Amino acid sequence: MSLEVRAGSLLAVIGPNGAGKSTLLKLIAGLLRPETGTISVLGGPPGGRARDIAYVPQAEAVDWDFPVTVGEVAMMGRYARIGFGRRPSADDRRRVAEALETVGMAGQRERQIGALSGGQRRRVFLARALAADPELYLLDEPVTGVDATTQEELMDVLEAEARAGKTVIASTHDLICAAQRFHQAAFLNGRIVATGPAEMVLDRQLLSDTYGGHVLILPGDGDRLVLDDAHHHDQAAGGERHFHDEGV
Amino acid sequence: MGLVAFFTDPLSYVFIQRGLVAAILLGVVCAIMGTFVVLKGLAFIGDAVSHAAFPGVVIAFIGGFPIYLGGAIAAVTTALLIGFVSRRSRLRLDTSVGVLFAGAFALGILLYSTIKSYAGDLLGYLLGNILGIGFGDLVQVAVLGALVIAVVVAIRKELLFATFDPLGAAASGLPVSLLEYLLLGLLGVTIIVSIQAVGIVLVVAMLVTPAATAQLLVVRFERVMLVAVVLAAASAVAGLYGSFYLNVPSGPAIVLIETAMFVVALALGPRTGLLASRSGRVAGSARSG
Repeated sequence: MSLEVRAGSLLAVIGPNGAGKSTLLKLIAGLLRPETGTISVLGGPPGGRARDIAYVPQAEAVDWDFPVTVGEVAMMGRYARIGFGRRPSADDRRRVAEALETVGMAGQRERQIGALSGGQRRRVFLARALAADPELYLLDEPVTGVDATTQEELMDVLEAEARAGKTVIASTHDLICAAQRFHQAAFLNGRIVATGPAEMVLDRQLLSDTYGGHVLILPGDGDRLVLDDAHHHDQAAGGERHFHDEGV
Repeated sequence: MGLVAFFTDPLSYVFIQRGLVAAILLGVVCAIMGTFVVLKGLAFIGDAVSHAAFPGVVIAFIGGFPIYLGGAIAAVTTALLIGFVSRRSRLRLDTSVGVLFAGAFALGILLYSTIKSYAGDLLGYLLGNILGIGFGDLVQVAVLGALVIAVVVAIRKELLFATFDPLGAAASGLPVSLLEYLLLGLLGVTIIVSIQAVGIVLVVAMLVTPAATAQLLVVRFERVMLVAVVLAAASAVAGLYGSFYLNVPSGPAIVLIETAMFVVALALGPRTGLLASRSGRVAGSARSG
C-alpha cells in the first residue's frame, strides 16, 4: 500500500491509538528506519533535507517542567540553520517574533512553557515549526486537547502554509476536523488501510475497518461520530480497502 | 579580628590559595555540566561514573601510571558504555547504570585489597582533599576545566535543543546521538577532575545541587546555568573558609553549603517555596490541566 503526498497539501493521518501514526511521522522525519519498503521525502531519503523539515512531537512527549521560555522554544526552530558556535542573528530573531505573532503568542515570550495552557503549548510548538521555515511540517497531534477556537486558528495557520506551497502531514483523532480542514487523509491501523481525499474520513465502512468495529455512529446525522477505541487491540481491522484519489 | 583580616588571613597560605582557585573552578565546571545533568536526568549516571573511576585509580596505582589518567579512562569509558548499553539493550537506563556502576566499584575495592604496599592515599580519592592539591594538579584542573567550559558554551544551544526535545532536534538535522555521547564524555572528564576536590562519593552533589537549586529560582535556561555557576562559586568560597576556621574537611563543607542553599530555595523560592502563593499554585496546576 503506498501513500503519496502532494506538495502544498494537508494530509491527515487517522487511526486508533497504537495504529502507527507517530511511527509514520518519525519514519518520514528520518528518526526511524523502515524495516521494509521505501520512503522518499522532498526528493531524497528521509533525513536528507532535515533543515527543510519541522517535526513537532506529541504534547505528552515534552517535559513541561523544563526551564525554557516561550521565546527560547520558538528560537530552537532556527538552531539547525544558525549552525554550531553561532548566535541568533537579527534575522533569526525577526523570524521568531513573526512566528510567535502568527500563532498569537507574541506577548508571552518570557513565560515558562509549563505555565501555559494546553492550547498555548501547541501554539508555541507550531511557532517553533514556523520559525524553521520548512518545506514539510510533520505534526504529531497538533490540535489534540485544545479548545475549538485554538483548533480553528491553528488550522488557519496550517492552511495558509499549504497555500504558500508547504506540505503539512499531521496526525489527529478529530475526524470532523480531518474531513473539513485537510485535503488528503491516510487511515492507519498497523498498516495503511486506505488513502484518499479527506472527505472519505466520514465513510462509515472505512471507519469501522480502521477502528476495528468500535465506532459508534449516531444515526441520522452524518456529522456526529463517536469513537470508542478502548478495545481496539482485541480485534484486528477487517478487510483492506483501497481508496485512490477518485475524482481529485 | 577585623572583617578584612577574616578574609585575607587564610590567603597567606599557599595551600589555601590553590585550594580556593581549584574549588571555584571546579564548582563552575560542575555547575555548567550539572545544568544538563539535572535536565537530562543524569544524576544517577554521574554518581555511577564517579564510582567507576575508582578501579581506574587503583589499577593506575598498581601499574605505576598517573593516577588521574587511570581514573579518567575508567570514568569516560563507563560513561560511554552506559550510553551504549542503554541504547542497545532493552533494559531501563537506571538498571544498566546500576549494574555497571556496582560492578566497577566492586572491582576497584577488590583490586585495592590486593595491594600489599602502603596505599592509604588511595582512600583519599574516595573523600577528596582540595587543600592538598599541588601546583601541577591545579594546572591540570584549570586546563581541563577550561576545555569543558569552552566546549559546552560553544554548543550550548544545540545541547539545549537535544536535551529538551531530542526528536525535534534530530528531525531538524542536529547530530543528537553524537551530542549525547559528547555530553557523557565531558561528564566523565568533569567528574574525574572534581574527584580531587570532594572525592568520588560527593562529586554527584557538586554536579547536581547548584543546578537543582537554580531550577527552583529561575525559569530561563541560560539563567539557570548562570545562577548555578554563581551558587557553586559562592559555595566553594564559603566552604573553604568554613573548612579553615572550623577545622572541618573542605569537600563536605562545600557540599553542605550547596545543600543548605537548596533547602533555602526549596522553602522560600518563587516556584515551589512556602512563600509562593497557594492560590497561584492552584491556578497554575489548573492552567496546565
